[in-house]
Amino acid sequence: MTMQPASTEIASRTAAIVQELKGLEGPLLPILHSIQEEFGHVPQDALPVIAEALNISRAEVHGVVTFYHDYRRHPAGRHVLKLCQAEACQSMGSDAIAAKLKQLLGIGFHETTRDGSVTLEPVYCLGLCACSPSAMLDGEVIGRLDDEKLNEIVAEVRS
Amino acid sequence: MIPRIYIPGDSGALALGAEKVAKAIAKELADRGVEAKIVRNGSRGAYFLEPMVEVATANGRVAYGPVKPSDVKSLFDSGFLTGGHHKRWLGAPDKIPFLARQTRLTFARCGVTNPLSLDHYKAHGGLKGLQNAVAMAPADIVSQVTESGLRGRGGAGFPTGIKWKTVLDTTADRKYIVCNADEGDSGTFADRMIMEGDPFVLIEGMAIAGIATGATKGFIYIRSEYPHAVAAMRKAVETARRNGVLGVSVMGSPNTFDMEVRVGAGAYVCGEETSLLDSLEGKRGQVRAKPPLPAHKGLFGKPTVINNVISLASVPVIMDKGAAFYKDFGMGRSRGTIPIQIAGNVKYPGLYEAAFGMTLGEIVDDIGGGTATGRPVKAVQVGGPLGAYFPRALFDTPFDYESFAAKDGLIGHAGIVVFDDTADMLKQARFAMEFCSIESCGKCTPCRIGSTRGVEVLDRLAQNIEPEKQIALVTDLCNTMKFGSLCALGGFTPYPVMSALNHFPDDFRPTPVAEAAE
Repeated sequence: MTMQPASTEIASRTAAIVQELKGLEGPLLPILHSIQEEFGHVPQDALPVIAEALNISRAEVHGVVTFYHDYRRHPAGRHVLKLCQAEACQSMGSDAIAAKLKQLLGIGFHETTRDGSVTLEPVYCLGLCACSPSAMLDGEVIGRLDDEKLNEIVAEVRS
Repeated sequence: MIPRIYIPGDSGALALGAEKVAKAIAKELADRGVEAKIVRNGSRGAYFLEPMVEVATANGRVAYGPVKPSDVKSLFDSGFLTGGHHKRWLGAPDKIPFLARQTRLTFARCGVTNPLSLDHYKAHGGLKGLQNAVAMAPADIVSQVTESGLRGRGGAGFPTGIKWKTVLDTTADRKYIVCNADEGDSGTFADRMIMEGDPFVLIEGMAIAGIATGATKGFIYIRSEYPHAVAAMRKAVETARRNGVLGVSVMGSPNTFDMEVRVGAGAYVCGEETSLLDSLEGKRGQVRAKPPLPAHKGLFGKPTVINNVISLASVPVIMDKGAAFYKDFGMGRSRGTIPIQIAGNVKYPGLYEAAFGMTLGEIVDDIGGGTATGRPVKAVQVGGPLGAYFPRALFDTPFDYESFAAKDGLIGHAGIVVFDDTADMLKQARFAMEFCSIESCGKCTPCRIGSTRGVEVLDRLAQNIEPEKQIALVTDLCNTMKFGSLCALGGFTPYPVMSALNHFPDDFRPTPVAEAAE
């Protein structure tokens, strides 16, 4: 497992990000995106720093972080696999694909494998509806998923 | 002349292996010592042919597809750089039936040009609309857009010109143009395609909107599920700024307009315009009660035009060729063209831009070619997760706002998802409720609680527990959600649920479990 940075370090790195972005109109989402990019998740210790700098309450920051699906409270696995579960993919058998993938990885949605290799998440539409069923592995798009492609994905995240 | 090879960088094409094809072609060029320029264009939208590689020859472009990396060697052997014949040979791309039958106004350049080249954009008619606009009075621009009959392509179908006029007529020290690029509806990808394939057209449309309404700042709010579109738009905005299309003096005129690209954070409800505004402001993406309208009090309380990507991207052609030209396409009160997205279980999936008025059957059977699985079409969902499921019996419905509304449906963002006869419509109805419960912003009760109760009622129905009671209950619940919700999420979830129930009643009356004889 990777070492988690100490809370003082989180605070100082967060302060630098906030300083850089707080001049934007409506800076909170860009700040949170940038923090997540920096740490891989939005650490609890970052919230008071943001609240203080933007002159809003910690509760407001907490409310925003927890409202959006994208912001993680805890680090994800080394790979993040998002599997589309929306209607266009449903029409091409995404339910069966999801079941198979869960079985291959031994985890359910919103879970990370015990070895920390991969986090599996459902996503509601990647805009790849003309090549369903689709997925996104670490930002790379994959269309027309089939058994062969699932096996390739599993091999890649396990390597 | 150095040969030009076009390989789409569109994420749909990438999902089908375009990057591997590009690498294989680059390697083959190097191995053979052949000089050629590789251009990463957008997609023309015929996804059943992607990755579709094109070569510019003396006799025009020649397309090959779908190309696999393993085809590359033989393509070179067949002389594809000069349009040579090969099993993947498709001929001139604009003669491919799926593309030849379209009316491409908004998507005229998508898949043709290099998306990030402003010179290419200009060479293909870009910036003419903006050039005309900077020489006009704001009120004249607004009336031209009104006259064109353009209506909101995000789904609501509100006349774009009227929205703009409201903002123009509202005095304020600061006004905004916000582009809603939070294309969350399943079955839709037109916004993604145009942002990846022709980003300057959206920038041009937003700049025109700014000049027309007196707004000086724009935001494009793109969903985080579209990283390729975000990257393309950011690069295009920088290029536009460097070349004086954006900035203190738009195209050398006294008008100021600039914009920023912002990224969403995975909330479907932020596609609703007022929650999108709250999200841009850095808040939870919760729906606002209307009035006040965003046109009066929008982003940061200032008058704001908020339009969908395709609405804004359709403005340049209107300002270039005139309102009458655009208005000439279409039927009834639905004027112009609409990029129809044919998706899901369909043989020829893709984007098909056409004038309003084709029937649903023509779109699904003739253009889409029926299902990919070869089984009969059972249902099509039109308009995303909040759109109705239509059976074959309604395939004579013309594709326009009013005709769909008359049949208790909506065209929404013009996505069509095809299902074959293995679809279980009770399961689809349950998903609609479940999706609403996952994505509800929580502000109003009918949406927040109603969707959860809806899932439970439909689960009881699936278990055959007092089915008639459950059907009465879900019907009543849908009525409450439709009329009591604050926005379209809770208000339109009844469309897929009730259409599934009304058109496919057999799926809602599961066969009773045979009970053992006493």
